[in-house]
Amino acid sequence: MLKGLIGKKIGMTQIFDETGVALPVTLIEAGPCYVTQVRLPEKEGYAAIQLGFGETNPKRLASGELGHLKKSDLPPLRFVREFRIKDSEYKVGDKVTVDVFGLGERVDVIGTSKGKGFAGVVKKYHFKGHFETHGTSDRVRAPGSSGSGTTPGRVYKGTRRAGHMGSERVTAQGLKVVLVDAERNLLGVHGAIPGSKGGLVLIKDARKQ
Amino acid sequence: MIDLDKNFNTTDNPNIPTLKSGDQVSVHVRIKEGERERIQEFKGTVIRMRKGGNNANFTVRRTASNGIGVERTFLLHSPRVDKVVVERHTHVRRAQLYFLRGLTGKKAHLKQKFE
Repeated sequence: MLKGLIGKKIGMTQIFDETGVALPVTLIEAGPCYVTQVRLPEKEGYAAIQLGFGETNPKRLASGELGHLKKSDLPPLRFVREFRIKDSEYKVGDKVTVDVFGLGERVDVIGTSKGKGFAGVVKKYHFKGHFETHGTSDRVRAPGSSGSGTTPGRVYKGTRRAGHMGSERVTAQGLKVVLVDAERNLLGVHGAIPGSKGGLVLIKDARKQ
Repeated sequence: MIDLDKNFNTTDNPNIPTLKSGDQVSVHVRIKEGERERIQEFKGTVIRMRKGGNNANFTVRRTASNGIGVERTFLLHSPRVDKVVVERHTHVRRAQLYFLRGLTGKKAHLKQKFE
């Protein structure tokens, strides 16, 4: 059965495996999540489960959100997200905790990357830039030529230009689970995940196993 | 949100005592060569202690043959460090003993401190 969980990025640290190798680990405060709705193909047209995460003050939620949660007798939850999970045994009101993931499993972590603002092509697309010496002035980080001459007489669509960078949905794929702490709702994955500390992340089974 | 520094620490290595800059130590490190495991000793002076939770480490400097300085950094929480023996404390007036890098011979000698 496929699995999903909503969490909050805590930050990075390192732990030691049984051979003494220090592993870079990102900690996620994952769950406890509640199943807020089960979407069925016959009713909604597709199969999914809706999970809620993060108990909060009821005043922070709109009345529609509160009513949706109240219907299933759930506490006020700040974040509600959907996971396309088929043939699940989950029922509305079920609690989902980090134990659904086991050590050594591969997961995908989805987050919103850190915003970089309006970034130039060197930062955004790793353009090389120009020489810093031999007479270069004010052109060190410029994009250079963006196309040919009279033929084709225009700049191709999709040409990489400076612009907004970051603050977009990013998936880190195939990360290994190296730590599961059910007591503190902690999940540790090997390597980095997108976003800043405190950012909302979705954890799923790895798509590419 | 859970505080990373306060709430998540691997257990301390019980075979590493409290170290200070200037301590003359011998660090016993487990080294794996294929299937065999042996212990290597590294003797020298602790020239810095670095904090940082699970990344806390310390650097040991020793003078190898021909007066060539060798520095090695060990992780404080690493299970690969078998044990650390403090041979003597020395009188130092700063936390980072980088000045030792420019000194050799008798000038690099630190005065022993008795408790």
